[in-house]
Amino acid sequence: MELSAKHHEYWRKNLVITAILLFIWFVFTFVEAWYARELNAITFFGFPLAFWFSAQGSLAIYVAIIGIYAYLMGKLDKEYNVDEGDLE
Amino acid sequence: MSTQVFSHKTFNQSLKKYYSFYTGGFIAFVIALAIAEQMGMSRAWIGYWFLFATIGLYAGIGIMSRTAEVAEYYVAGRRVPAFFNGMATGADWMSAASFIGMAGTLFLSGYDGLAWVMGWTGGYCLVALFLAPYLRKFGQFTIPDFLAERYGGNIVRSIGIVAAITCSFVYVVAQIYGVGLITSRFTGLEFGIGVFVGLGGILVCSMLGGMKAVTWTQVAQYIILIIAYMTPVVWLGIKHTGIPVPQFAYGYTLQKIGDLEKKITADPKEQEVRKIFADRAAAASAKLKDLPKAYEADKAATEKRLADLKARNAAPDEMKAAADALERFPKSADQAKAGYAREAALAARAAPPRPHAEPFPGKDEAARNTARLNFIGIVFCMMFGTAALPHILMRYYTTPSVQQARVSVFWSLFFIFLLYFTAPCLAVLAKYDMFTNLVGSSFASLPAWAAAWAKVDPTLLNITDINRDGIVQWAEVVIGGDLIVLATPEIAGLPYVVSGLVAAGGLAAALSTADGLLLTIANALSHDLYYKIIDPHASTTKRVTISKVLLLVVAIIAAYVTSLKPGDILFLVGAAFSLAASAFFPPLVLGVFWKRANKWGAIIGMIVGLGICAYYMYTRYPFFGVNMPLWYGLSPVSAGMFGLPAGLLTIVIVSMLTSPPPREVQELVEHVRYPLIRGDTVVSEAR
Repeated sequence: MELSAKHHEYWRKNLVITAILLFIWFVFTFVEAWYARELNAITFFGFPLAFWFSAQGSLAIYVAIIGIYAYLMGKLDKEYNVDEGDLE
Repeated sequence: MSTQVFSHKTFNQSLKKYYSFYTGGFIAFVIALAIAEQMGMSRAWIGYWFLFATIGLYAGIGIMSRTAEVAEYYVAGRRVPAFFNGMATGADWMSAASFIGMAGTLFLSGYDGLAWVMGWTGGYCLVALFLAPYLRKFGQFTIPDFLAERYGGNIVRSIGIVAAITCSFVYVVAQIYGVGLITSRFTGLEFGIGVFVGLGGILVCSMLGGMKAVTWTQVAQYIILIIAYMTPVVWLGIKHTGIPVPQFAYGYTLQKIGDLEKKITADPKEQEVRKIFADRAAAASAKLKDLPKAYEADKAATEKRLADLKARNAAPDEMKAAADALERFPKSADQAKAGYAREAALAARAAPPRPHAEPFPGKDEAARNTARLNFIGIVFCMMFGTAALPHILMRYYTTPSVQQARVSVFWSLFFIFLLYFTAPCLAVLAKYDMFTNLVGSSFASLPAWAAAWAKVDPTLLNITDINRDGIVQWAEVVIGGDLIVLATPEIAGLPYVVSGLVAAGGLAAALSTADGLLLTIANALSHDLYYKIIDPHASTTKRVTISKVLLLVVAIIAAYVTSLKPGDILFLVGAAFSLAASAFFPPLVLGVFWKRANKWGAIIGMIVGLGICAYYMYTRYPFFGVNMPLWYGLSPVSAGMFGLPAGLLTIVIVSMLTSPPPREVQELVEHVRYPLIRGDTVVSEAR
């Protein structure tokens, strides 16, 4: 089995998508927790901001990260002709 | 191809129809019981109905999905649509600890408890980005399967088997404990009998139909557990915030809690109670330091009191009380030590309420920074542990395609998110209710739920009038975490049928997780150990039969261990995550993303990761009695914080020092990276 240049390009794009989403994940997890005391000075819909993130915001962002990943990768599969067809 | 597309679609549609009917039927069942309660059905009978109807239902689904085919038994025929696989994973994931314990932990530890919430949701990002699609493309049956194919050889597989069984077994004991607790509390059956009734439900299901039966049962269990969790929260939300989705509005309730905390801290009556605790604790600490002497002095004082009473011919009941006190008095200084230590621990109750929304409270900057590090440690270990627990990763073998596996992780986290973003809200609402309705009420007329629960189980709720003023102060209340979810229906003033519903939900959470874990253990033994290592020529019928027998054996051993009531459940669960993160995460991820990772790197890396993690736990967790000083103040639950990086680094270094993996392994890595390569010659999927 020989991989074509297009295959390598697909894998590079996959790595870029993965890295960007992972960076967002990192910011809303560890950076948020590290600065929690400072963030809590801000109020958001009645919540101290760090509390809101840890209890709701970051969680919703996690769901979104996975949704975006599945959407982008599905599109990328089709674009590079490595998809498996519509197995719903 | 076209017929396959058609069948997947109709299958998906008929599933939606079945489960809609099922959800409607379940709601009708609850309403029928609510009417029966109004007509005078007793509480015990409501408990029995919920217990036996739901377990019967799960068993029924198990019997309908019975199978002896290998692909059906191990991976549900790889036909589970993303949406339903997500629901099943949700139920598989959310254990008794999530359902019952989570809100309680948040109630007691405020912001710092959110580490668990973040850790147990954010881990799915790692599952989606690093593992699920690639494992699905690989398409075998178990996690050791992947390790063995990727790195080659039985040594890797064996380490995988040991690690998979260790973390799953530790975890399953906690689930069976939960099953026993719920059945015994809500039906009055004995703890041991409760364990076995629940176990019956688990076994019928997973023994007859393996992954297929477990999947369809877990979908049913998810529906019950989410209805059960939401119902009381909606009610409590209407009561305190005025809207039925309090998740979006409890910020203002949180502010009111902050004001009430300040009021409680400044209140003179509260201060009086806290002072009493501080004095008692100080006295006991002093006695602990001066042990044999303090004990003798106390004993002499007790004896003297009886003698004095006798000398002045006091009333008989007064004399009897003094005689009893002497009778109960510890016989030796060693025995007395435990009692003094208990008194000294009251120092914790002398502290003012912990501010609910404040992150990392502590007495000075150093203590606050340690609290922050531990928060991050828990988040880290729970996330990477999530992305390494075999019973969860296994679920992504069951979808029809790679893309469906990706979408399925999305649905998994969505369904988990629904419960996890509600738990902090429930904790806040319950706390507000107690601050306003329990604190300041008189002991003569406690709220009905408080009186009832204090009577049932003093470890869950204990209210004592310490300063004898007849009014409840917050410092006089001791709450066990599990109380919050169990008592919420009564706090919200709902009929008993909702309490039964919550119990059924907790049971569903515990049973579904136990199902998935037992299956993982039995598969590791039957598929990986027996079929792949001991007897590769075993027929398919023999393999499935062996798996069923092993399931029974493992279940009985787990039940036996549970009946011994091993210590701290939360520590056990945390330990399972740290161990899984250290052992599995590095070889799995490097296996996909780094072609150069080789056999010896994986073997030594897994041993180093597991070893450091286990070493840190063994030498630091008080249970083992070694108690070496902590590294950077990090608690032993977060041992994966050292184990995982060490394992990762070891794999990289050892792989670089040894020769690269053979050509066919590198082709396998390329094969799993693409959902479909036209003209691919590597076939990894097992049917």
